[in-house]
Amino acid sequence: MKSGSHLERLLDKGTFVVTGELGPPKSVNREVIERKVGYLKGMVDAVNITDNQTAIARMSSVAAGVICVQTGLEPIVQMVCRDKNRLALQSDVMGAYALGIRNILCLTGDHQCFGNHPECKNVFDLDAVQFVQMVKTMRDEKKFQSGEEMKMEPRVFIGAAANPFADPFEFRVIRMEKKINAGADFIQTQPVFDLERFERFMELARKRNLHKRAYILAGVMPVKSVRALTYMRDSVPGVIIPEDAVERMGAAADGKEEGKQMCIEMIKKLKDIEGVAGIHIMAVEWEQAIPEIVEKACLLPRPPVEAPPELVETGD
Amino acid sequence: MIVAEQKPIEEVLKSIEPFDKILVLGCNTCVAVCMAGGEKEAGILASMIRLAREKAGKLVDVLEKTVERQCDDEFLLAEKELYDKVEAVLSTACGVGVQQLSALLQIPVLPALNTKFMGGTKDHGTWSERCSGCGDCVLELTGGICPVSRCAKTLLNGPCGGSADGKCEVNPDTDCAWQLIIDRMTALERLDKLLEIQPAKNWKTARDGGPRTQTREDVKL
Repeated sequence: MKSGSHLERLLDKGTFVVTGELGPPKSVNREVIERKVGYLKGMVDAVNITDNQTAIARMSSVAAGVICVQTGLEPIVQMVCRDKNRLALQSDVMGAYALGIRNILCLTGDHQCFGNHPECKNVFDLDAVQFVQMVKTMRDEKKFQSGEEMKMEPRVFIGAAANPFADPFEFRVIRMEKKINAGADFIQTQPVFDLERFERFMELARKRNLHKRAYILAGVMPVKSVRALTYMRDSVPGVIIPEDAVERMGAAADGKEEGKQMCIEMIKKLKDIEGVAGIHIMAVEWEQAIPEIVEKACLLPRPPVEAPPELVETGD
Repeated sequence: MIVAEQKPIEEVLKSIEPFDKILVLGCNTCVAVCMAGGEKEAGILASMIRLAREKAGKLVDVLEKTVERQCDDEFLLAEKELYDKVEAVLSTACGVGVQQLSALLQIPVLPALNTKFMGGTKDHGTWSERCSGCGDCVLELTGGICPVSRCAKTLLNGPCGGSADGKCEVNPDTDCAWQLIIDRMTALERLDKLLEIQPAKNWKTARDGGPRTQTREDVKL
């Protein structure tokens, strides 16, 4: 047991897990988080807390993650290399752990040009692979990135992202392998719309035995309208939307219902792919849709949250 | 070469506004190649200034000169008598040249250019960034394509999730450096090298370690 997190324990038991996503508010209002947790509690096993997603300044992912812990839903706190150097990242990992956070997702981060402060200076002291390596070194070797020793280590479950839909395709599996080699315990993929490509990705992953070395959670995203779908197709790099999905959404009388239905069908198909250990539902600013999706995708009830095992901690 | 571009003329005119006698000093090396501040561009700029000030009813005496390199005192000191005749120098060199001359003079030395990057000629009239002077070259590992200067996120372990159709998510006109690296390493049959994890980079040798100076004791006079 690396972290004893609920997510880790479920995956280790072979449970097909469900994770969700929660974007912290663009304000100091903790009620926004509590309300969103309300939609998700009992529907997902853990929830990703985004870190200044799309380079828009929001409440910190660690702070929002703590509110999540207090509200009774296990967070997967995302951290990006864009805004913080290795000093700040390590400091946040330690602080997050001390405040009860047990899952951390290490990301590169969207470029700041997409956000609301495009004139800022970026950091990218580390890349996501190096970030994963650093957290693993902290946890398993009780050492800082510099090599200096630490007395009490952050026992976190380490996550990383993979995008099977960006280019070059063949290298996407290699990059995921690098993250696993660096120490990623679990992987969450970008949302799948192109099932055929995802199947090829998983086939390559299985050939390299990656599904046995880390838990791979397939991402899905319910979309509200054909406009949202074509926007992603045309304006978000690294997203592939097949034409039949656009046609289906375009022909739908009720976009929201169709979006949820397509997401449910996708989950059912993804569940059958060998090596997929769970589903990551990215319902961006549409957390209310998650209960229905989870229920209709036959993912309920979620297993109860048990008390974490006692971890003996010493040092200062 | 160091690639630069001329500042908007309004900004240049504003900076020289208080002066009635200036020297426009060109530089015949990098900024001449990238057509921003060589003899020809310095001459055109001088003419534009004269015209604009004439139009504004505030005549200015503009001297013109271009030296081989403004980053060497040797070339700058050769024009000493010119500086004594003016109230300010408008340099069309890169930021290095402006500072080199400024350190020698008691009068203001003003930049006419915005210095942008170290790069090479891509096509006629197009220059692209190729090096950020990190002080610890990784080109051996990346097939001769620099991810430090050419990847928008300075990634060292492969492309981010925004690489699509060979282009960078930040700008569809920019090639994804990692797509180029992977293509090149594939052609060189060295793709396996990219599976190795590149550890956290030592940025001490880069600008992050503070302003850098290099000394060669063996060539000091």
